[in-house]
Amino acid sequence: MHVNNTSTEKESLTKRKSILGIRLFFIYLICYAGFVLIGVFQYELLAFQVLGGLNLALAYGIGLIIFAVILGVVYNYYCTKYEDEAEIEQSDEAKEGGTV
Amino acid sequence: MIYEISYIALLFFFIFVGLVVGLSFYFGRKTRSSASYYAAGGQIHWGVNGIAFAGDYLSAASFLGICGMIAISGFDGFLYAIGFLGGWVVALFLIAEPFKRLGKYTFTDALNAKFNSRAITLSASIGTLIVSIFYLIPQMVGAGDLVMPLLGMPHWAGVLLVGAIVIVIVASAGMASTTYVQFLKGGLLIVLSLVLTFFILKNGLTLTPDFKGSSSHYTFMELTPQVENEKVTTVSGWDVVTQQAVGDKTFVKLSQDGIERWFDWTQDQNGHRLKEALTVTQQGNGQILYNGEPKENRRFYQVGHMSKIVVNGQEVQKTGSVSPFEFLSALQESEIVRFLQVKFSDGEDQVSLYYQEPTAGATFMLPGLKYKIGRDANLWSKLDFISLMLALFLGTAALPHILIRYYTVKTPRDARKSTILAIAAIGGFYILTLFMGLGSAVNGVLDVESSNMAAPLLARAFGAVLFSIISAVAFATVLGTVAGLIVASSGAIAHDFIDVYLKKNLSDHPKVQVGKIAAFAVGIFAILLGMAFKGINVSFLVGWAFAIAASANLPAILFLLFWKKTSETGIAASIIVGIVSSLLIILTSPTMWDKYGLDAAGAWHQLENPALISFPLAVLTVYLVSLWYPKRNGGKAIENNVAK
Repeated sequence: MHVNNTSTEKESLTKRKSILGIRLFFIYLICYAGFVLIGVFQYELLAFQVLGGLNLALAYGIGLIIFAVILGVVYNYYCTKYEDEAEIEQSDEAKEGGTV
Repeated sequence: MIYEISYIALLFFFIFVGLVVGLSFYFGRKTRSSASYYAAGGQIHWGVNGIAFAGDYLSAASFLGICGMIAISGFDGFLYAIGFLGGWVVALFLIAEPFKRLGKYTFTDALNAKFNSRAITLSASIGTLIVSIFYLIPQMVGAGDLVMPLLGMPHWAGVLLVGAIVIVIVASAGMASTTYVQFLKGGLLIVLSLVLTFFILKNGLTLTPDFKGSSSHYTFMELTPQVENEKVTTVSGWDVVTQQAVGDKTFVKLSQDGIERWFDWTQDQNGHRLKEALTVTQQGNGQILYNGEPKENRRFYQVGHMSKIVVNGQEVQKTGSVSPFEFLSALQESEIVRFLQVKFSDGEDQVSLYYQEPTAGATFMLPGLKYKIGRDANLWSKLDFISLMLALFLGTAALPHILIRYYTVKTPRDARKSTILAIAAIGGFYILTLFMGLGSAVNGVLDVESSNMAAPLLARAFGAVLFSIISAVAFATVLGTVAGLIVASSGAIAHDFIDVYLKKNLSDHPKVQVGKIAAFAVGIFAILLGMAFKGINVSFLVGWAFAIAASANLPAILFLLFWKKTSETGIAASIIVGIVSSLLIILTSPTMWDKYGLDAAGAWHQLENPALISFPLAVLTVYLVSLWYPKRNGGKAIENNVAK
């Protein structure tokens, strides 16, 4: 029983992390595809001055790079949190079951 | 380009290469089993691994290629930086941890962890080999370019030198050495790029970029001709020899003191002008002249300058020190002189001519100079842009030499931390490439014959020591990347193909031996291809490797991880369709047509990057074939593995 429970917990942890990863991936994909689509269909927009005298192309491009790093940090934070929670749950169950 | 040997650069170069090879031997002594040869025994710290990831990834394509393409084509070069980094998102969010749970040593092992299919083993090892070879080509081309100014060697000798050193490293050590070497040079590359960017901003923008004698600015001649009936008849102080129309341009050959020079004939509100061009002329007798004179006379100049600097609406001669924002916005308002190439025959002579093309900063800082998506765009050029961005985004996670690093840390948690550290380091570096590339474009340092040397040549303008260290690091960058790729290739041959597919069941020692022989063979092949692709921008070449990786490997990986009905036949078929379709499109592309000596405009299609077609084809294949040929064990194996 114990082995099965652990396995289920692990699977649920994997699933939580996997869902988080997929969500963050799609958020980034939309932003990335936005850049490509503006380039193809609304090219003139890229010349628009937006930030500190930079055109949209530069601001968007640099923004995509910084955003990837930010999402990476967010992903790591939540995955670590999920893993810690799973460990606590696991140790609690072990105590309840009388094992260490 | 004409280069002089720099002895300081040589000294640093040999010290650094000696250090790299020494480290490889040191760690090589610790490497005995096949597990430690391929994946360093899973003992690498995540921090080291993260920077080594960055070291792997910041190859010749990033440092040499992106900076070079930004210097020549402006924002279009930065597209590569955006796409290369975006690819890490796929790697981190979708692939990193599931992959870590699946496999042992190679990409093929991971794909095959849920099935024990010989078809997957065979197709995946072929995929690994082909992607590695396509990634090796630009590294070797970059190596040849680097060695030319560093050692005064011809391109082919540089390629040979890198190939030889890497074969020694790989054959003597293995993954352990390459991880630490990649860590070292990845870290150094980022630090040195920061230093170079600091110098660029400190110097600011100037119309006459002189660097204390290390790189004196040459002002190109402008002459006023007499014109009759659309022909240049006389030019004061010069004899008119001939004129030649190429496309919508006309070039005029003039002679003075027995030396012939070519000029670009332009017309503006002030009348007719002849602007000096740069030429490389291969004469009928085989002699090569640079600007009408032998190489030794040094009349072939470095280029890239500004014809107008505007700051806050005011035209100035120079800006002085600027902030990063001021640098970028001043460039947007100013005018940059690029050099464009045309080729033509002049009697028995073959002429490569580079003429001045003043380009508005606003245009230079937008996509469109290489990948036409705005003005002058057509359907092919727009599809090509989408295809490139798709390949860059999807290719990273599917590169075999990147994936192999997921195995070199102990846990999925460490693999994740490694990847995030790598993204941060690489992202920071890519923002710096923007400044290094633009700095090269306006500081009179460019070699018109090869864009790949933009960043190192800029470093040379700022001082011999900086140049020498950056060249040595860039060289080590190529060494490390090539070593990693050759390890991945030899793994595909020795482990996947011979050991698993042919079921030779090699014991530990023969397995390492076969790996080393395979490394030697791949190394020789890479050397030959590196020589063949001389002169092409390395980022552009890497775009091909990414497209093949994305098409061959990624659909298989993603379906395996996220669709339970994926069958072994579907995976194998998808890999093969991805490889074949992407290779077919590349081999019939305009660039390859040009390499075959044919007219690029007459190529079968005008798509330079295949991903837009080959990736969806591979996705469709894995889906349909998995439905038609379901997996043999009814999915139990997969479910068990997912549970694990």
